[in-house]
Amino acid sequence: MITTSGLTKVYSSRGREITALDGVDLHVREGEVYGVIGQSGAGKSSLIRCVNLLERPTAGTVTVAGQDLTALAGRGPRAGRELRRARSRIGMVFQHFNLLSSRTVQDNVELPLEILGKSGKERSRKALELLDLVGLADKSRAYPAQLSGGQKQRVGIARALAGDPKVLLSDEATSALDPETTRSILQLLRDLNRQLGLTVLLITHEMDVVKSICDSAALMEKGRVVESGTVSELLATPGSELAAALFPVGGDASGEDRTVVDVTFHGESATRPVVSQLARTYNIDISILGAAIDTVGGLQVGRMRIELPGRYEDNVVPIGFLREQGLQIDIVGRPTDRQPLLVKEGTK
Amino acid sequence: MNWSEMRPLLSEACWDTLYMVGWSTFIAVVGGLPLGILLVLTDRGGMLQNVVANKVIGQVVNITRSMPFIILMVALMGFTRWVTGTTIGREAAIVPLAIGAIPFFARLVETAVREVDDGLVEAVQSMGGNTWTVVRKVLVPESLPSLISSTTTTVVALIGYTAMAGTVGAGGLGDIAIRYGYQRFDTQLMWITVGILAVVISAIQFAGDFAARALHRRAGRSGPGPKLRLPRAKEPAAADVSKAA
Ligand SMILES: Nc1ncnc2c1ncn2[C@@H]1O[C@H](COP(=O)(O)OP(=O)(O)OP(=O)(O)O)[C@@H](O)[C@H]1O
Ligand SMILES: [Mg+2]
Repeated sequence: MITTSGLTKVYSSRGREITALDGVDLHVREGEVYGVIGQSGAGKSSLIRCVNLLERPTAGTVTVAGQDLTALAGRGPRAGRELRRARSRIGMVFQHFNLLSSRTVQDNVELPLEILGKSGKERSRKALELLDLVGLADKSRAYPAQLSGGQKQRVGIARALAGDPKVLLSDEATSALDPETTRSILQLLRDLNRQLGLTVLLITHEMDVVKSICDSAALMEKGRVVESGTVSELLATPGSELAAALFPVGGDASGEDRTVVDVTFHGESATRPVVSQLARTYNIDISILGAAIDTVGGLQVGRMRIELPGRYEDNVVPIGFLREQGLQIDIVGRPTDRQPLLVKEGTK
Repeated sequence: MNWSEMRPLLSEACWDTLYMVGWSTFIAVVGGLPLGILLVLTDRGGMLQNVVANKVIGQVVNITRSMPFIILMVALMGFTRWVTGTTIGREAAIVPLAIGAIPFFARLVETAVREVDDGLVEAVQSMGGNTWTVVRKVLVPESLPSLISSTTTTVVALIGYTAMAGTVGAGGLGDIAIRYGYQRFDTQLMWITVGILAVVISAIQFAGDFAARALHRRAGRSGPGPKLRLPRAKEPAAADVSKAA
């Protein structure tokens, strides 16, 4: 649904050049919620702003719903008619809501419809319908100043949906909200994604956001995508930073001659009594250093950090047993013996 | 001079003043609003970025704005005659008043429009709006409280300028104050004039502030609302300062 290839953005301000995006290849499938995470300054906002060409990329292409937006003209900062039409089919939600304070809630939602030249009757019907959808039917006559942050963001979402977009872009839509409100807004985005088949590309710096609603995720660092894939692919990638961050398990080895192993369970393997089988079969004592079970992208995933007595060399057989059970094994403090499979997106 | 003599004199002068101020304010708004918006749009990073045009407009505005009104009036005599066919009377006074007020108002507009959050512009662009949409739907409505304050400021400044225009036979309250109060020592008439001016100015300020505050409150912005500012001709506009920063 959204594909960027070789996307590069270089800002030049006062003679200095800042490479905000350095050849980003991203592929967002239709109907999924895709999270982009990264530290401040990693280039996340630049990326999302390049997707609807609010920022014109220095190089590379952006394709949304099969249309190459970078090919659409618009000299300099001005967008041509075609590009503006394409933008009207891409909804955008902002961190600071960006609602017009001079307009009522309903008039804010009607704004994109005014731009599309819809009639007054159609605009108000659509606006009220959307306000109902986001649970703000009773606030249509209020001004944004009279709303809470969460309500403002709901208006922002309703507004973004007014043009019946297939794609919704969200730049830190929940960063200005408290945890409770964040959860409800994320739930709303998830519901819209399911109900309307909306493809959502969201930017965040909170792992929890990725964890609770994303089907896929990408990690950005210094203008590059360093990891990307579906959440289950990422969790299955040994040494994946994203997986580790999604699933932090702590605990240090209790002594010198110990082997620490991270075991990741997916789906049905999560319910099998693997640890006790291991202990019985090989007659070894296993200590559990840390464990977590969570739902990531709708999947039950568990991760456990266990400690086996003896060095790695002494534990080759039990570790082999665990692998045979279809579990993902990462030996902590040892370079992974499998080549880290960099999950690379194939283009559509 | 008794009241029955003064009354027609004063009422005519009032109308002359209102006539001159009304028309020149109208022209100042019609000319200054687009000019001020253009100053923002053509600036570096603006939607119609054009550094040369921005510099040229900015310079013309600055020079006209810092010109003492009396000199502007004299300098524009040829132009005034060409437009109105005369250089005396209230119609003739409107020309330099309006031309002096356009850049004054334009700078105030520029400052007001710059205050509008860039995020709103971006939001409208993301919906597929063009520059004109941004101007109509965002820049003007969102800065409306400030624009109203700016208009009030301009009206008040123009009342001051009409008094000067009065010296070249434009009529109006300033003219009365000078002719009767200064030249004929009719202090009573002069004080009445001063009183009327004070009432008119207060009423305009009150109405302007009231409207601006009402809109401001509705928009829910904190603070007491846009303050009435009376920049002097020599004072660098706030916009110039922010540009230098
Ligand atoms: N308009 C601009 N002009 C110059 N440099 C810019 C501009 N916008 C962003 N940058 C620079 O590009 C880099 C990436 O910025 P970007 O806003 O994309 O980061 P981000 O990942 O969104 O960060 P944050 O989490 O803080 O929002 C930063 O170094 C930033 O300073
Ligand atoms: Mg950002």
